[in-house]
Amino acid sequence: MTKENKVKRHLLKRAKVNRSHAGNFVVFAFIFVLGVFMAIPLVYAISNSFKPLDELWIFPPPLFPNQPTLENYTGLFGLLGSSWVPMSRYLFNTIFITVVGTVGQVVLGSMCAYPLAKHDFPGNKFIFKLIFFSLMFSGAVTSIPSYLIMVELGWVDTYQALIVPAMGSTMGLYLMKQFMEQIPNALLEAARIDGAGEWRIFWRIVMPMVKPAWLTLIVFSVQGLWNMGASTLIYSEQLKTFPYAITQIISGGIARAGVSTAVTVLMMIVPLTVFIITQSNIIETMSTSGVKE
Amino acid sequence: MSTFMQKQTWKQKTAYTAKRIWRFRASYAFVAPFLLIFLTFTFLPVAIAIFYSFTQFNVLEPAKWIGLENFKNLFLNDAVFMTAVKNTMVLSVVIAGVSFLLCILLGWFINDFSPRVRTILTFLFYAPSLANVYYVWQLIFSGDSNGFINAYLMKLGVITEAIQWFTDTRYMTGVVIFVLLWSSLGTGFLVMIAGFQNVDTALYEAGAIDGIKNRWQEMWFITLPYLRPQLMFSAVTTITGSFSIGGAIDILCGNPSTDYQAWTIMNHLNDYGGTRFEMGYACAIAVLLFLLMVGVNSIVQKMLTKIGD
Repeated sequence: MTKENKVKRHLLKRAKVNRSHAGNFVVFAFIFVLGVFMAIPLVYAISNSFKPLDELWIFPPPLFPNQPTLENYTGLFGLLGSSWVPMSRYLFNTIFITVVGTVGQVVLGSMCAYPLAKHDFPGNKFIFKLIFFSLMFSGAVTSIPSYLIMVELGWVDTYQALIVPAMGSTMGLYLMKQFMEQIPNALLEAARIDGAGEWRIFWRIVMPMVKPAWLTLIVFSVQGLWNMGASTLIYSEQLKTFPYAITQIISGGIARAGVSTAVTVLMMIVPLTVFIITQSNIIETMSTSGVKE
Repeated sequence: MSTFMQKQTWKQKTAYTAKRIWRFRASYAFVAPFLLIFLTFTFLPVAIAIFYSFTQFNVLEPAKWIGLENFKNLFLNDAVFMTAVKNTMVLSVVIAGVSFLLCILLGWFINDFSPRVRTILTFLFYAPSLANVYYVWQLIFSGDSNGFINAYLMKLGVITEAIQWFTDTRYMTGVVIFVLLWSSLGTGFLVMIAGFQNVDTALYEAGAIDGIKNRWQEMWFITLPYLRPQLMFSAVTTITGSFSIGGAIDILCGNPSTDYQAWTIMNHLNDYGGTRFEMGYACAIAVLLFLLMVGVNSIVQKMLTKIGD
């Protein structure tokens, strides 16, 4: 164990003052019961993907397959290989949109959040109110105006029609701003006195301190963009996304019901991996984020 | 003399503001890229939608200005809308309330475990948001005598006939709330987890020295006041989420649900916007939903500032 780790362990231990055994027991029981309740449907979805087709229709449905099989997965890959546009093309589109969109959303959102949280410039409150209230307006009725704007810009049937709007995520900005508010002003002031410019302060002090925030934002962003399916803005087959292609394939009726259980699991893998990587990073950053007031 | 003075001060004010704007030019540079995208792709569509709410607009023909007619109709001639408002209020108050409390409690409890266990538990509670597998609940609450719950209750002799969980008006609201709560630990929950990671442990030690006796006091006097920004974020996302419930109800109860028992504002909005092509009317619904959310949010935000007092 390195020295740094030892210090960290020590801090973790010291953090647990004010804890009684009875209280610990209640907390443990609560978490356990609720955890089982949350897990059942997910376990069920995964186990379903290993059931042979005929077992999917048994009533009452067994929690675990009687004769586990991989045929749903092999069937899926067979179908993926036989489509007109190669599957790798759809996959590339989705990966491209997810990566560029997520990076853009995190960087632009954080950049905007920093002055909104920490600089008292004229118009600050007004800009934030505008963004905050837009968060509460239902997206269901804005799709037609959005489409008209895309037509005006000539962006229909392009990548940027899917990527750029995602970069203006109001939720992401609000998330970053809330975390940045906890950064002590004294720290930023000290950096300014030392001669650091705002750009440097933002990258070297602010962003490292709100690491849990942007790691969380990455999860939301990837989850949203990865699952982006058919869009009214895209009509070329070459530009369509993976989820779109896959829903096309599994909408082939009961015969493809087995394959669709495999799709449910397969689509979860990427957001799930991102989730686990970022979460373990968030938890590692604990109590190492530097000076606090 | 007095007008001269006012002119002076007005002039001075402009000069002062201009100076301030120039001083904060770096801030504007930071804000600009996001703001440009936000104004074009989020704000502008919202503004256009608000404009449509005062028009009759079927997407194919140009919008026709009719003033407040849509709103008048919503309040006076649309009994289903009133049902939708009532249902949405009931559903979202229960779901947002319980879910918000769970976000805080779970974030707090999970924070006490060792890092590895923490990651696993976070995953467990967030998993339903990663994969919205509502169909599993349809099997569990299935209306025939083979559904999990029906079969079990019949075996125990509690009931003699299968219950139509998702269509019987006596049960559907309760069952819908139950299922939606399961998938409600999303954005707000993860942000609370991240927030708890951000609390400085030195604060707890200082608190212990200052005479904080147990975990509840520690939570109320130290952690929650520190986490106010995260609490506000969670509250806003939980409220907006629960007021926007619609699609999940279609899946569970069908469209429309029996006697409009679980019909929400979003269902109503999608009905007019998607099925009937009455965009103007749908936009008016969206405007009212927006006002409702803004109202509820401002009340909750006021309540949150009282934490730790």
